[in-house]
Amino acid sequence: MADAAGRPLLRVEAAVKEYGERVKTVALAGVTVSLRAGEFAALVGPSGSGKSTLLNLVGLLDRPTSGRIWLGDTETTALDESGLTAVRARMLGFVFQFHHLLPAFTALENVMLPEWGDTGFASQALRRRAAELLRAVGLADRMSYRTTDLSGGQQQRVAVARALVRRPPLVLADEPTGNLDTESSVEVLELMRRFNRELGTTFLVVTHDPRIANACDRVVELVDGRVQSDHQNDAPR
Amino acid sequence: MPFAWFVALRYLRDAKGQTALILAAVSVGVSVIVFLSALITGLQASLIEKTLGSQPHVTVRVPREAPRALVEPSAETAIARNVQATSQRLRSIDQWPLVMADLERVAGVTAVAPLVTGAGFALRADAKLPIAVRGIDAERFLSILDVRRSLVAGRYDVAGGNVLVASTLATDLGVATGDKIRITTTEGVDDTVTVAGVFTLGNEAVDSTWVLTSLRHAQSLYALPGGATSLELKVADVFEAERVAEEAHDRSGLDAQSWMKRNAELLAGLSAQSGSKAVIQFFVVVAVALGIASVLIVSVVQKSREIGILRAVGTAPRRVLAVFLIQGGVLGLLGSIVGSAFGALLSKLFESMARDPNGAPKFPIELDLSLFAATAALATGVGLLAAVIPARRAARLDPARAIRNG
Repeated sequence: MADAAGRPLLRVEAAVKEYGERVKTVALAGVTVSLRAGEFAALVGPSGSGKSTLLNLVGLLDRPTSGRIWLGDTETTALDESGLTAVRARMLGFVFQFHHLLPAFTALENVMLPEWGDTGFASQALRRRAAELLRAVGLADRMSYRTTDLSGGQQQRVAVARALVRRPPLVLADEPTGNLDTESSVEVLELMRRFNRELGTTFLVVTHDPRIANACDRVVELVDGRVQSDHQNDAPR
Repeated sequence: MPFAWFVALRYLRDAKGQTALILAAVSVGVSVIVFLSALITGLQASLIEKTLGSQPHVTVRVPREAPRALVEPSAETAIARNVQATSQRLRSIDQWPLVMADLERVAGVTAVAPLVTGAGFALRADAKLPIAVRGIDAERFLSILDVRRSLVAGRYDVAGGNVLVASTLATDLGVATGDKIRITTTEGVDDTVTVAGVFTLGNEAVDSTWVLTSLRHAQSLYALPGGATSLELKVADVFEAERVAEEAHDRSGLDAQSWMKRNAELLAGLSAQSGSKAVIQFFVVVAVALGIASVLIVSVVQKSREIGILRAVGTAPRRVLAVFLIQGGVLGLLGSIVGSAFGALLSKLFESMARDPNGAPKFPIELDLSLFAATAALATGVGLLAAVIPARRAARLDPARAIRNG
C-alpha cells in the first residue's frame, strides 16, 4: 500500500465529517484508508454510506470535522483556500457523475480548463496535450463541438480527458458511469483502465455498479460512514 | 487570450439577450449624460459669450468720491454730524497711460484700452434721445469688443467727426450711414457728427444708447483734455476676470469691476444649472451601476454550478473574481461607446431642430473628445465597481456546495 519511497499517495486518517449546527448528522465516523500510486480502486457502499463525502474530502472540496488527509507529502487539513486550490491543481483530476463540463465551451476548451484556469494562459503545449487526449478518448473529430452537442458517453469521455490533462497522480471519479448506458459505461471504464496502465495514474472510483467494482483492482466498502471491508480483486474483469 | 478575459467574453456572448438588454440600459444612461453635458455646456458657453459680447471683462475706474470728515470724534469730544453724500463728477484717471502700461503686465491680461465715457443726448429733427458716449482708441478697443464684426452698415471709423451708432438708436433717430446728428453732452458741449457705421451687440441696453467716437473727440465733449475716465481689460480666461480685477485694484488703487461681479446673478444661475446637472447625472450613474450589478448577480446565481466546477478543477478564486469584474467593465465600456454615439446623435438632432429665426441654433451643443473620454472612463469604472459584489460572491463560492446544489 505504499509507493516506491514507502509512502502512500493518499492517506486518510480517522476522518470524521459531521453536518449541521445543532442537530448533527454524521456522514463519516472515522475513516482510515490509504492508496498507493498506480492503484485502481473502487469505493462502494449503499446510498448515504459516506462515499461522496469521503471523495469530497479527498478532493479537497470539503474539510473534515476531524482527522487528517495527506496527499503525497502534504497534510491538507492545515492548508488555507489558496493552498487547497494549488494542491488540487497539482495532484488531482476529477470525473463527476454528471460530467460537469462547461456548456459555454468546446470539448477542447473544456479539456484545457484545469491548467488554463490555474495558470491563466493557454500555451501551445497545453493545446497540443488536450488535443492528444481527445484523440486518445476517440473524439478527434469532436474537438470544436460545444459539449451540449455531444452524447452522454462522449461528454463523459471529454470529462476523463479533462481530468488527465495536467497528468495528476490521482483521479477521483464520482459515479463516472452512473448516467450512461451499458455500452458507454464499458467504454469509459476501459478508457480509465488504459490510462491507469499506460500513464500509471491512480484512480479512486465511487460506484454503485457491481460490474465496475469487479473491474477494479481493489474494493473499499463503506457502510454508515465506516470502512466495512477493504479487499483486493484477484482477477479484475 | 488570458483565461479570465476568455471566460468573461464567452459568458457575455452566450447570454446574448441579457447582455443586449443591459447594454441598452447602460447606453441609454450614458446617452443621457452625454446629451445633458453637451447641452448645458453649450448653453452656458453661449450665454457667457452673449453676455461678454457687449461688455469688457474688467473695467477700471476712478473710485467714487466720498465725503471726508475734517474733525474725528474723540473720548472728550462727541460730534453731532450730518453727512451728505458727495455728488459725482466726471474725472480722469490720474496718469492713465502709466496705469495702462502697468495693467498690461498683470498676468492673464491680453488687452487694455482707454475710454472716456459719459452721458448726453442725440438730436435729429424731432427726436431727442439719451445716449451713452464712448470715446475709444479705435485700434485698442477692437481687442476689447470686436465692433468691426458687429457692424450692420457702414465702416469702422471714428476719426475726424465720424461716429458709430448702435442699431436701435439709429432706428429711433432715423439715421443711416452718412447722416449727421447733433450731440449734446452733460458738460453742455454741442457738436455735429457724421454716422460712419451702425453696429449691433445683441444687448438692448447697449444697442439703444451707445455712440462710439474717438477718444480725442470725447475728451473735448467732456472737457477732459488728455484724460481717460476708464480703462477696459480683456483677459485670457474669462473666469479669471475676478482675480485680475482684484490684482488691478491692488496695483492701481482704482476701482476694478469684473464681469463676474456685474453678472453675479447670471453666474449663480449657471452654477445652479451645473448643480442640477450633476444631481441628474449622479442618479443616472447609480441606476446604471445597479443595472449592471443586478445582471451580474443573477449571472453568478445562474452560473454557480459552473463556477464550482471551475474552482474544483483548479481555477484560483482571483481568476473567478476577474471573470466577473471584466464582465462589468466590458459592459460599462461598450455601453459608453454606444451611448456616446447615441447621445451625440441626439444632441445634433436637438440642435438642428431648435433654431432661431436667423438659422442659428437656439441651444448650441458642445461635443468634445474629453467629454466622451470622461464618460467612457466613468462608465467603465462604474461597471467595475458594480461588479465587485457579484464577483466577490462568485469567488467565495464553496466549490463542493456549488456543484451539489448548483
